[in-house]
Amino acid sequence: MSNTFLGMPSLPVFGHGNLHATEPFPKAARRELGNAQLRATLGHATHTIRDKRAKVVAELADWEELRDSGSAIKNATMANLPALLEQFEANFTARGGIIHWARDAQEANQLVTELIRATGETEVVKVKSMATQEIGLNEYLEAQGIAAFETDLAELIVQLDRDKPSHILVPAIHKNRSQIREIFLREMEDVDPALSNEPARLAEAARRHLRRKFLSAKVAVSGANFGLADTGTLAVVESEGNGRMCLTLPETLITVMGIEKLLPRWADLEVFMQLLPRSSTGERMNPYTSLWTGVTPGDGPQNVHLVLLDNGRTAALADEYGRTALNCIRCSACMNVCPVYERTGGHAYGSTYPGPIGAILSPLMTGITSEENGSLPYASSLCGACYDVCPVKINIPEILVHLRGEDVDSRRAKARVPSQMDLMMKGAEWAFSSGSHLNLLEKGLPLGKLAAGRDKVIKKLPGLAGGWTQSRDIPAPPEQSFRQWWAKEHEPSTGVVPGNNSSEGGQA
Amino acid sequence: MKIALFATCIVDAMYPRTARATVAILERLGHEVVFPPGQACCGQMHVNSGYFKEARPVVANHVRAFDTDDYDVAVAPSGSCVASVKHQHGLVARRCGDAALEARAAVVGAKTYELSQLLTDVLGVTNAAEQLGSHFPHRVTYHPSCHGMRLLRLGDRQLDLLRSVGGIEVVELPEAEQCCGFGGTFSMKNADVSSAMMADKAANICGTGAELCSGGDASCLMHIGGGLSRQGSDVGTLHFAEILASTLEEPASVNGGVLLAGGVR
Repeated sequence: MSNTFLGMPSLPVFGHGNLHATEPFPKAARRELGNAQLRATLGHATHTIRDKRAKVVAELADWEELRDSGSAIKNATMANLPALLEQFEANFTARGGIIHWARDAQEANQLVTELIRATGETEVVKVKSMATQEIGLNEYLEAQGIAAFETDLAELIVQLDRDKPSHILVPAIHKNRSQIREIFLREMEDVDPALSNEPARLAEAARRHLRRKFLSAKVAVSGANFGLADTGTLAVVESEGNGRMCLTLPETLITVMGIEKLLPRWADLEVFMQLLPRSSTGERMNPYTSLWTGVTPGDGPQNVHLVLLDNGRTAALADEYGRTALNCIRCSACMNVCPVYERTGGHAYGSTYPGPIGAILSPLMTGITSEENGSLPYASSLCGACYDVCPVKINIPEILVHLRGEDVDSRRAKARVPSQMDLMMKGAEWAFSSGSHLNLLEKGLPLGKLAAGRDKVIKKLPGLAGGWTQSRDIPAPPEQSFRQWWAKEHEPSTGVVPGNNSSEGGQA
Repeated sequence: MKIALFATCIVDAMYPRTARATVAILERLGHEVVFPPGQACCGQMHVNSGYFKEARPVVANHVRAFDTDDYDVAVAPSGSCVASVKHQHGLVARRCGDAALEARAAVVGAKTYELSQLLTDVLGVTNAAEQLGSHFPHRVTYHPSCHGMRLLRLGDRQLDLLRSVGGIEVVELPEAEQCCGFGGTFSMKNADVSSAMMADKAANICGTGAELCSGGDASCLMHIGGGLSRQGSDVGTLHFAEILASTLEEPASVNGGVLLAGGVR
């Protein structure tokens, strides 16, 4: 974490809640990879969304300019966040809304609970929200005797099955329709026992189930996609209309929004309403966009609250190499193109935020040493597909590498026995920091033949390298290195091998 | 033109024939090739594994070896290593607070080209059969490595050069742009995910009916080739430089060896 003074608290407040991997990623990934059904379902789903996105993005001649605009607006927002938050608060309050500030998950959960208790209600309907997943609000409310009903179809499926979402846009992406039918038959009261697994029938069952909740709910809890500082307006972008129901029918509306969700101006929506639907669902425009500014007497919720959540965002903002991760608008395009996510699914990442963005956002918000989050930045081959599709141009591979450095340094700081990787890197530092060192090592290349079998390949290596040989051979090394061949070709009379000059090499 | 060859550590130690093919191509075009003797590695493995402190002397060594006026341009038969030289060296220097190294690294980076970039953009090679005498009568598919594709934006340069080789049949690889799963130390730290990615890549390659898979990065080709070999497949991998270097008189062997004048395999 950077120690540079940025006008923010010198001790970062790290995030809590569902932001942690509780087991190392490779271990979790191994388990998920063993689920053939999951692999097939995920492979099909991610490829479908990926192709849809590519098609609608290709329609816009100015897509790259839009990405540049999105990135610039978000960078400007983060650079001026304290002032914009105060501007937003002033405008939201002036229109009759009430703002609450939450340092972390615990504070946010307590605030929401108190607001619900003040209404006397024990049931709330919910609009799909990453922030409330992040703080574990549903579980917290349940422990306080308040029932929270998810109204997004996929969130409903996950909630009924007492499972965790595995994708930020398509939370039930890991379930197929037969599994969904079983969950509905098991968990939904008054469901038709003859329910088939046709998508339309499943949606109809969910619709009937939810309609009863919408019409009786007095309190709704939502997240927000955007907060517009110059007007004090909140925005929710959705596909099913459940959000519109929750945002307009109840008397009390409580929204939980991360402080990074601000945009400076109403007009900035022009850019983001083009970027978000195309990147997330692969649609030109999403079906429902709800915007509300405080209270409108006689129309919609009359008690309008907003909990502004930090929960580690300030800590991420203080990291000069990682802070652009806060520019994320939760579109999930990076997940849909990630070859790692496609094979492991979201649960392997532990955190509410899976995939490439989760692998940087989670450790940035919690600190790299929190639980197993130090393993998340390694959950990538650094292929760069995520950066290419990110609508706000977050250089995810570069931040992954930065966080790997943070992880290595944090482990280095602890007195301990060096790992195999540490020793390998130390050895390679010596070998690769001088041509003569490498040449010396390469003279041993013919020895490699001893490790190879009759078919001239090495099939088994010990330790860390055994990870390679579990599924891949290594060719037997050549008789001589290129530089040895070159030396013989070009200076046959002296036999001097390039890199053998003892005056070069060593530290710069 | 005087061209400095950056062989890259993996090619120098494991695939010397790829570097020799690179030299052969450039000399065939009438250029002089030099080999800066102090060179070793770009340092990418250290950087991508988070070992910035250990990466610094490796980066400094590369900059020292190539920061001379003794050549016009530098070339490497690797998209990944060139991307590291161009994009990572400055970052490492900056993180270590070494402004002088950062400035020198920028000079070296600007003079360094990936092989297909140099051939296409600088040396004007558009037809390998005509301009290089390339001949390779085999059915070949092609994997575009991630860093060449996404960091250097090589586009179809390597593929177009391959297509212009005499006698070759190039077949399209389904899901070509998917990573093969190598990712440096990712292949060891996350061996299971890496193996799953490799298995899909291998299946796509075998499905094309090609005799071998070509590409521009020896590391990815070692990964894919190692996977195919373990599966008992006859399909091999071969760097595109070796295919360009192959001629009717001195054909490259599809079994991995390249026969060029004056050297052993």
